[in-house]
This record gives sequence, C-alpha cells and structure tokens, in this order.
Amino acid sequence: MTKLFKHLKPFVWAIIFIFVLLFAQAMLDLSLPGYMANIVNIGIQQNGIANAVPEAVSVTEFNHISIFLTSDQINQIKGDYIVLDKQSLSASDYAKYVKTYPQLANENIYKINTTNKKEIASLNTIFSHSLPVVANLEQNAAATFAQFGIPYTAGQDPFAVLAQLPPAQQAALQGAAQTQINAIAPDLLTEYSVAYLTIEYKALGMNTGAIQHRYLFNIGEIMVLITLASAACSVTVGYISARIAAGVGRNMRKQLFVRVESFSNTEFDKFSTASLITRSTNDITQIQMLLVMLFRIVFYAPIIGIGGIFKVLGSANSMLWIIGAAVGALITIMVVMFLIVLPKFRSMQALIDKLSLVMREQLTGLMVIRAFNAQKHEEARFDKANQDLTKTSLFVNRAVLVFLMPTMMFLLNAVMILIIWVGAHEVNAGTMQVGNLMAFMQYAVLIIFAFLMISIVFIMIPRASVSAVRISEVLETEPVIVDPAKPENFRSDLKGVIEFKDVAFRYPGAEDDVLKHITFTAKPGQTTAVIGSTGSGKTTLINLIPRFYDATGGAVLVDGVDVKKVTQHDLRDKIGYVAQKAVLFSGTIESNIKYGNENATAEEVAKYAEIAQATDIIKESEKGYQTLVSQGGTNLSGGQKQRLAIARALAKKPEIYIFDDSLSALDFKTDMALRKALKKETGDATVLIVTQRVSTIMGAEQIVVLDNGEIAGVGTHRDLMKNCKVYQEIALSQLSKEELA
Amino acid sequence: MTQSNDTPRRDNKPAFGPGRGGPMGPHPGMGGEKPKSFRKAMKTFLKYLAPYRVSLALVLIFAIAGTIFTIVGPKMLGNATTKLFQGIVAKVMHVPGATVDFHYIGRIAIILLILYVASAIFSFIQGYIMSGIAMKVTYNFRKNIAEKIKRMPLKYFDTKTHGEALSLVTNDIDTISNTLAQNLSQIVTSVTMIIGILVMMLTISWLMTLVAIVILPVSFGLITMVIKASQKYFKQQQVYLGHVDGHVEEMYGGHTVIKAFNGEAKSIEKFDGLNTELYGAGWKSQFLSGMLMPIMTFVSNIAYVAVVILGGFLAVQGTISVGDILAFIQYVRSFTQPIMQVANIANVLQSTAAAAERVFEFLDAEEESPDPVDAVKPAVVKGNVSFKNVSFGYTPDRVIIHNFSAEIKPGQKIALVGPTGAGKTTIVKLLMRFYDINSGSISIDGVDIRKFKREDLRGMFGMVLQDTWLFNGTIRENIRYGDFNATDDMVVSAAKMANVDHFVRTLPHGYDLELNEESSNISQGQKQLLTIARAFLADPKILILDEATSSVDTRTEILIQNAMLELMKGRTSFVIAHRLSTIRDADIILVIKDGDIVEQGKHEELLAANGFYASLYKSQFEIAPADSL
Repeated sequence: MTKLFKHLKPFVWAIIFIFVLLFAQAMLDLSLPGYMANIVNIGIQQNGIANAVPEAVSVTEFNHISIFLTSDQINQIKGDYIVLDKQSLSASDYAKYVKTYPQLANENIYKINTTNKKEIASLNTIFSHSLPVVANLEQNAAATFAQFGIPYTAGQDPFAVLAQLPPAQQAALQGAAQTQINAIAPDLLTEYSVAYLTIEYKALGMNTGAIQHRYLFNIGEIMVLITLASAACSVTVGYISARIAAGVGRNMRKQLFVRVESFSNTEFDKFSTASLITRSTNDITQIQMLLVMLFRIVFYAPIIGIGGIFKVLGSANSMLWIIGAAVGALITIMVVMFLIVLPKFRSMQALIDKLSLVMREQLTGLMVIRAFNAQKHEEARFDKANQDLTKTSLFVNRAVLVFLMPTMMFLLNAVMILIIWVGAHEVNAGTMQVGNLMAFMQYAVLIIFAFLMISIVFIMIPRASVSAVRISEVLETEPVIVDPAKPENFRSDLKGVIEFKDVAFRYPGAEDDVLKHITFTAKPGQTTAVIGSTGSGKTTLINLIPRFYDATGGAVLVDGVDVKKVTQHDLRDKIGYVAQKAVLFSGTIESNIKYGNENATAEEVAKYAEIAQATDIIKESEKGYQTLVSQGGTNLSGGQKQRLAIARALAKKPEIYIFDDSLSALDFKTDMALRKALKKETGDATVLIVTQRVSTIMGAEQIVVLDNGEIAGVGTHRDLMKNCKVYQEIALSQLSKEELA
Repeated sequence: MTQSNDTPRRDNKPAFGPGRGGPMGPHPGMGGEKPKSFRKAMKTFLKYLAPYRVSLALVLIFAIAGTIFTIVGPKMLGNATTKLFQGIVAKVMHVPGATVDFHYIGRIAIILLILYVASAIFSFIQGYIMSGIAMKVTYNFRKNIAEKIKRMPLKYFDTKTHGEALSLVTNDIDTISNTLAQNLSQIVTSVTMIIGILVMMLTISWLMTLVAIVILPVSFGLITMVIKASQKYFKQQQVYLGHVDGHVEEMYGGHTVIKAFNGEAKSIEKFDGLNTELYGAGWKSQFLSGMLMPIMTFVSNIAYVAVVILGGFLAVQGTISVGDILAFIQYVRSFTQPIMQVANIANVLQSTAAAAERVFEFLDAEEESPDPVDAVKPAVVKGNVSFKNVSFGYTPDRVIIHNFSAEIKPGQKIALVGPTGAGKTTIVKLLMRFYDINSGSISIDGVDIRKFKREDLRGMFGMVLQDTWLFNGTIRENIRYGDFNATDDMVVSAAKMANVDHFVRTLPHGYDLELNEESSNISQGQKQLLTIARAFLADPKILILDEATSSVDTRTEILIQNAMLELMKGRTSFVIAHRLSTIRDADIILVIKDGDIVEQGKHEELLAANGFYASLYKSQFEIAPADSL
C-alpha cells in the first residue's frame, strides 16, 4: 500500500489542497446543525432575542433593575447606554426613535450604544442575573413577599413596597435572590431574561414579531451561504480528485507498459502474459477507483467524524457516551460480520470461477460429452458447482443485505431515542437547550455514518492493495536482458554468420540446463536445420540468437561479436524471425506486412505476399491488401496467419532468417511451394529452420540434431542417417525406408 | 479450443449499466443496454416468479409494514421534542407546576423502540425471503441453461461463440440475481417511503411540504443534466479503455514479435496516444458523475434550510410545533434517497430485462429434434456402416457433401484424408448425429441412425479426438468417462492397454492426481493417451480416431501409435489420417476437399487414378528438392 504513495508524489500539492477543501467542507457542513439549534433556541423559543442584554429599556424599568445591581454595575451599564429624551432629541431624531419605540412619547428610554462583543457578554452576565429577579417580582410578587413575611396586597407596586423596606431586610431579600439565581443554569437564566425582555419590548411598543423575523432571515441567509460554499468545496474536490485519480492511473499505466515492453522472455515467463495483461488493465483501474474513494470518503469521513465529536464536546459532554456506545456497537457488529462473512466472501470468487470452468468445459466438450453419453455426469457436476455457489452467495447476501442493513438502521434509531430521553432530562435541568438537543441528534448521525464509512473502506482497501502490490511487483522487476553500457559494432566483413560456442542455458530456478555444450556455426547462403523431439530445446536454442533469453554459459556470436555486447536494436535489425505461433496485429494485411519494413512499396508488399503464398488470402477478399485483420488475427486461419508472418519477415530483408517450426500449420502442397519461393528470396542470407518433419529438411546444408539439450549430431541428411542414432529414430518414425533413401 | 473463443470478451458487452459498475466505479443513473421488447421480457420473467407468488406477497407486506413503521418514527420523535419544548417554555414562563412531562416522553420512547424493533424484524424477514427467492430463481436459471446446452444441436454454436453462452451464466444471471435480491424490494420500500413521507409531511404542514416538493423537480433537472453530460464521457471512456486494454493485450501477446522487429518504440508511442485519450475522457467522466453527490447534497441542504426557516416562522405563529420542525428535517433528508432509487429503477429494470431477454432467447433456441418414440433398441452391434446418397451442408444454401455413398463392413478401417481445414470431421459429426443430413441415409447394421435414440446411437461409438478434452477432475475420473460403471480395476486395465498406466503411476498422486484447469500439469501426449484409455474402457464397436500427434515427442508418439493400433483391432474405425501406414492399410480412403468427398477407394486405386489424392500424397512425401529450403 505504501508503494502506492510513491505514485501520488507528483500530485502532493493538489492532495494537500484537497485536504484543505475537505476540511473546509466538513467545518461548513458541521456548522449547519448549530445554526438550526440557534433557530430553535433563539429564533423560536427566545422570540429572536439572542441574549439578556436589552436593546432598549424604559427608565422606570431600569430603575427597578438597578435595585438588584451594584453601583459599579450601574455605572458600567450607563456607560454603554444613551438616554433618549423627548425634550433633548432633535425633531428628526425623535421622529425616527418614536417609530421604533412608541413609548418614547410618554417616558425616557435607555438605548444600547455598543456593539463590542466583549462588552455585551459582560452586560449579559449582569442582566441575566438581575432580569429574572425583576421578572419574578413583577409576576409573582405576592408569593415572593410572602416567603419573606413581608406584607403585600395585590395591586401594589412591588418595587414601591421593596423601596419602603428597611435596608437590612432589603439586603437579606437581595442576598436570597442572588443565591437562587446562582443555582439556576445559565441557559435557563437567559431564557428567563428573554421572557422578561419580550414583555418589556412590548411595553415599549416595539414590534417583537419583526425582531424575530429578522433573526430567522439572518440565520437562513448564513445557512444558504454555507450550503453554497460547501457545495463549491465538494465540487472542487471532485474536480481535483478526478484529475489526480485519472492522472495517477495514466502515469502508472504508462510506467507499467514501458516496463513490460522492456522485459525479456524471462520476465514474461515469470509473470505469464495473462497476468501481465491483468496487471496493466484491471489492477490499474482498481487503483483508480480506490483513489477516488480515498479522496472523497477515506479523507472526509474521519474529518467529519472527529469534527463532529469536537462540536458536541462543548455543548453536550454528558451525552457523549451515547455516541461512544453507538460507535462501539457499530464497530463490534462490523468486526463480527467481517470475521464471519469475509472468508465466505473470498471463497465466492473461487466458486464463481469453478462454475464458469465447468460451464466452459461443457461447451468445449460438447461432442465428447455426447459421444460418451455423459450428460448425466456433467449435469451432476454442474449442479454441484451451482449449489455450492448458490448456498454461499445466499449466506453472504443474507448476512450483509438482510442482517446488516436493518441492524444498522435499528442502531441509528435506537440512538435517536436514547438521545431524546437523556437529552430531555438535560433540558429540564437547564444544562441544555432544545435546539442543541436537536443538533446533537444530527451530529450523532454524522459521526456514526462517518465511522460506518471508515469501516466499509477497511474492506475495500485490502482488495485494492492486492492490486497495488501486483503492480509494484512488475515495476520493481528489472529486466535481465539489457543493452551493454558500451555497445560494440558488428564485424563489417561478416554478414549473417551465427556461431554457438559451447553454449549452455538454464531457466532461472531450474536444476538442470536445458541446453549444454552447443557448438556449431550457421553460414550465410546456407540452410541450417535444427531437429529434435519436443522438449529437446530447439526453440530455446534459436531464442538465444535475438537475445530473447541470454545464454547462461558459453557465447552466441553474430557476425563475430557476442550478442550480449551489441545493442538489442542493432542485433534484431539483422534478424527476420517467424515464430512457431504466428502473431499478427490489428490493422490491415498491408500494415502487418509493412511491420517488417515501414518503407516497403506496394510492389514489394505484393512480392512478399506472393513469395509467402499469401496471395489467395488477399484475392479472397474484396478489399485486398486493405482487408482488416482483427486483434490477434482471429479472423484468419492458423495457416493464413503463418504465411503473413513469413511475408512480414521477408519485408525486413534481414541477413538472418529464423523459422521456428513456422510451417507446420500449412498443408504439404503449400508448404512445398512456399519453400521453393523462399529459397530464391533468401539467397545469401543465413537461414535457420526448426522443425519436426524430417521430409522437409532433407535438403538442408546442415542439420543440427538435438536430444535432451545436447547436440546428438551435426551434418547433412545423408551423414546423419549413417552415424546419428537419434536422427535415424526420428526419421524412421515419420517416413518409410524407401522414402528416406 | 482457442482461448479467445471461451473467454467472454470485454468489448462484446460494455460494462455500463446499473448493478455492474463501470471500470471507474459505479456510475449512478447510467442507461444500460436496452431490451428488444421490455414488455415481453418482463412478462416471461414474471412467469418464472409465479411459483413464488405467496412468498412475494409476504415480502410486499413486510416491506410496506417495515417501511411505514420507520416513517412514523420521526413524527413521534418530534412529538416528544415538542412536549419537551412546551414543558421547558412553560417553566420559563413561570406557569405554576410546569415541568417536563417525562411520563409522556418515556411512553413515546418505548413505543418508538417497539416500532423500530418491529421494523427491523420485518425488513429482516422480508430480506430473508426475498434473497431466498432470488437465489432459487438464479439457481434454476443456471440449471436450465446447463440442461439446455445438452439438448441443443451443435449447429447452434456454428454462429455463436462459447463466450456468449458463458456470459449468460455469469454476467446476465448475475444482473438478474442482483435485481431480484436488492432492487425488487427496493422499489416497494422506496415507493412506500415516498408516499409515506409525503403523507407525514402533509400532516405537519402543507406549506412546508409544498416547499420540499418544489425542490424535487429542480434536483431532478440538475441530475438529468449532469447525467447527460457525464454519460457522453462515460461512453467515451469505455471505448478508450477498450482501446488501451486491447493494445496492451495485443502487445503483450505479441511480445517476441515486437522485440524481433524492434517495434517497442512504436508500440509505446501508440500506447501514449491511447492513454492520453483515456485520461481526458476518464477524469471528465469521473468528475461529472462525481458531481451528482454534491449537487444532491446541495439541493437537500437548501431544502433543509428552507424547511428550518419556514418551520421557524410557522412555529412562531403557532401553526406547527418545534418537534414538527425536527421531524420535517428528518423527512426531507430521507426523501432524496428513495427518489434517487426510483429514478434509477427504470435503468435497472431495463438492463435486467435485456439480460433476461438474452437468457430466454437462449432457452427458447431450437433444440435437437426429439428422439423417435418407437426407437429401435440396438442389439449386439456388428459395426456395419452404410452411407446412401448422403447430402449435407452446414447451412442450407451451401451443400458441401454431395450424394455420397459407401458400404463399410465390420472391422474395416476407413481413412479420412485431406488438406488442413478441408472438413474431415464432418463425416464423423454426421455419423454420431451431431448434425442431421439433408437427404439420403446413414445406417448402422442396416438400421437408419435416425431410428435410434441418440443416446443409444452414440453409445456405439468410441472417440479419440486431437482436441483432447479432459476436465478438471482426477485422472481416474477422466478415464472413467468411457464407462461410468467401470470399477477401479477396469480403469487401470484400460490405462494399461493405452500404455499410460506406467506414466500415471509416476505422477504425484497417481490416478488421483487432479488435472488443473488447463490440464497443463500433464503433457499433450499424455493427454492423448488418457483419451485412448477412455476409449478402451468404453469398448465401442465403432471407433473414431484422430491421429494427429503434432507437438508430441517421438517416443510418446510411438506409444500412441501402438495404443491406437491395439484399440482398432476388431472394431470398425474411422481414422482422420495423418500417417502413411494408416492410409495405406485402410480398407477405404475417403479423400476430402472443401468439405466434399472427392475421391474414395483403396490406396493403390487412388494412386492409379492420379487425381487429387495422388498429388496430395506425392507432395506429402516428396523429398524437398534442392531448390527449396
């Protein structure tokens, strides 16, 4: 997994930017429930009045309040307020103020004259500790006075009564009020104060409805802006992460492809072609998907989860345990699920593969199965695979979809109920407001979902990390065949001489050599045939010439120079190679022939096609040389492909021709015609032919007989028939004595 | 079989469409492939569901009940909140004796808990039944397909690849299975959810409901816009991905050729071009499809804000309560999900119908003609085979065998000779009734082969093909394929006759060695010997042999030849000949060119005729002249 990060390096600033944006988005998203809480707490419950600091208060009421304030406090307040006086105000000012405060017509009013937040907070403490007492006196005067044994008749002004009391009694009363106040939670004090203010504002003739509306609209505006900003963050993150994911995919794909193109056959053997293809296609796609997820979920979920916890930390510590318990339960359920389901889930893929295998076998063996009347047997085999798969996928389905989803839903709902129940007590105690309770519920949902996401990601990551490992395996494999640091040149006086000097070859990790003590020379203008049974090392031998593999002992020389000492490009320029299994590329017939030589003229292409006996393929189709060749040449038969592959090698006009059993797919007549035409074309070139058919190489100038990786004989057909037992054995198994004569 | 024929090709069927997920991740709301006739496919599909109608009805009831219970939740939770709010406000307002009504809140909590438990249980039961049905239906579909293959004429696969049939069992059935297990009950719950939420919203406030609903078309419009834009790039991406993957496959497959022709630079250059194209389409598609979520969240947040603000006003007026706002927020939040699902369901159903259609088409495909009712039971087979005026063509418009007649006596050896690809196996396929002849007749021991049951007819033959078909099982099981009632001793003695016993005993687990998927843990020659052992065990009266032993080493080849000679003793044998000895010894040589039997007779007769056979024969054994390679 860590290897993946290397590929992210070029994008490190973009990723940091994503982090910043995600953080911003999370903060914005997390602030929404807080605003909702404000709407409920202040907008609805407190009629849009945010705190206990009055915007305006009549002088009479202010005097009532002053009774419960120290002189310092009174001075502080007076410093922050101005007095609106009908007499001293200018006409225009008066007209303005009387509109807002109609009561100004009858009495003087204190109006707040500061916007300093610190000052307001300080004032809030003062007012929230005094306003509830005043309110209590105004509303419950009789009960309050009765408590202290002070005579009071209904209808009396409680403040007048209070003013007539002896100072000692007054102080005792005030002290008692303060103790009571101090016992009340601050949230509740604010609410009490706001209740008082609402009445006072109404008394001043202010439009309390408008205050409330203004507050609601303000919050709404902020929320819309936050939502917009959050969406903008999210879209930007989407844009950047899409570019990074696709960019990393592109870079890795390119690196991988270039690396694989530099591989020799040894590395191809090690990984197998199919596996290299999967690594270059599917595995990279997996990584790309993982990256997108990484940026959008893996990064985001923890931010929102932790951020959510911080949000609730301040306001509702006492209910944190609910979220903790929920997350704990969630993790427990997930862990248990994975322990049970994951092994089954893994075996599912194997069962699916098994089912397709059995199915494929039934399709490829259609004839054999019917010939042996084995339908019943096959039916049973398929049924077993089918049942195994059905059972397992039913289990997985039920565990994940059927059990997990309702359980998660229930967990979430249960948390809601718990929050309401516990929260109600908190609210009752005044340690929390209803709006905060509602916000808490939403934070809980966000946090739990974040953890759910994280746990889901934990399943996905191992799958993608398998891909990452498979990709880096390829990238970290250095090809064993590389060009020399100081390449030499071929000897200019030689043209196409191949010399094997005591060559040995061993596959990596094998115990034994495949080839041992191979020594022979192939000369220009001559045909050298290599014959031997399967596994005798024929193909391996010729693969050493173009350096598809490197000899592990001795040396292969081309034109007097060890092939390891020249560049691969120069070496292969000399060679026209036709593989055992013809491979064509998608394109046209012409483009395939021209693959040997891009500059071949139309006449040359036609000539080579003719030599290779490929003209019938071209004539058969209306489009001639422009006939399309599908990927892998699947629209052509083996023989047709083989002939085009030969034409391709001819187009290269090489010094050395190598035919690796290339003619086996042709019928005898075509084979013979092709050989005759080839002989004329190859002229002075060196020809190496690998074959199993004795009849086709009886005319060769030199035959190398291989047996178990060693040379059993070198010579002409006639020589070998006399003195090489292995050659005789091969020859006699194919042709009768008379024919061999 | 060639590999390309077996593996379903990636580019045959682009992987977009719901449930499948494109290579760059699931792509919501993508239009999948469209069925030819949605109605017909769905109608047939429903027929397959008919046996489960009682269970399905239960699923429906449980799904609706479970959903309704959850829908009621927020409203009740809201009521509890309102009660709490009222209690606290009253307290603030110094209403005498005012306190929070914990009794009421507690009762609601308990009722809610019961509701939620019930809802969880309901959806559990619903899912349990539904996944059971889905699996049963899927199981049966697969079984039907497998059984169908057995009844299909070989002809079917002349025009269809194995990959197509394979993809039915894997991809198509998978799509159907997913739809059944997930989407079907999802439709029910989503629709219930939408209706239920609407009703609940209306009970709270029609004005707020209106606001919430007005937002719907806006979000629908936005979604459609984004999907349309991203679909273009998504398709492009699929195409380009196909190009890149295709190039990779091709280049890796032809690696040695590229090296031999110094084509690396050119290949990388082409790759670069394709890769850059893919990058461009890739990030655009990813970005646009990734816009869906933020847009949905944005719309949902706007709805949230609208609801909160409007709710605030209404609460101030006293039209609704604080708890109602809370409930409404939850409703608005859970409104978008089912709507997205319902919007997507059309696509899901469409691609399901397309998948189902392919499955039904396959299941409805023409089968082999039924066996005759009054089938002749073969007595002891002597091995007399006669062809009378046989004409045949793989397609009606192209007859390849014209008026062929031959009389073959028991124990005779018939060699089929001809150039590669001339159609030497056609006669074999006709004999075993893999194909039916157009006119004339083929009879065994005087009985027309069409009068036998196919099973009985094929039981008379033993077959050893060049394409050694072995399956992923033990060696013992593979040999026993010749006769399922054979004892272990019989299997071993058949192996001995096929000269393979010794070899098998040298293997890690002997007869119990499990052949791997490509049977690559034993060699080609050994595979051929195993199929010969299989034929020995079957002990048929008539043999079909393909002699080709290319890519087999000399010593194994001798073993195979000897085993085949032994096998042919006393049996009528049709030999697809590649070897001199077989051809010259043959009682009848059938010379095949372009599918037709152009000459027939003994070796000497045919040589004397100096026709196609003679030239073929001469060229085969001509010593390469000095002027050839």
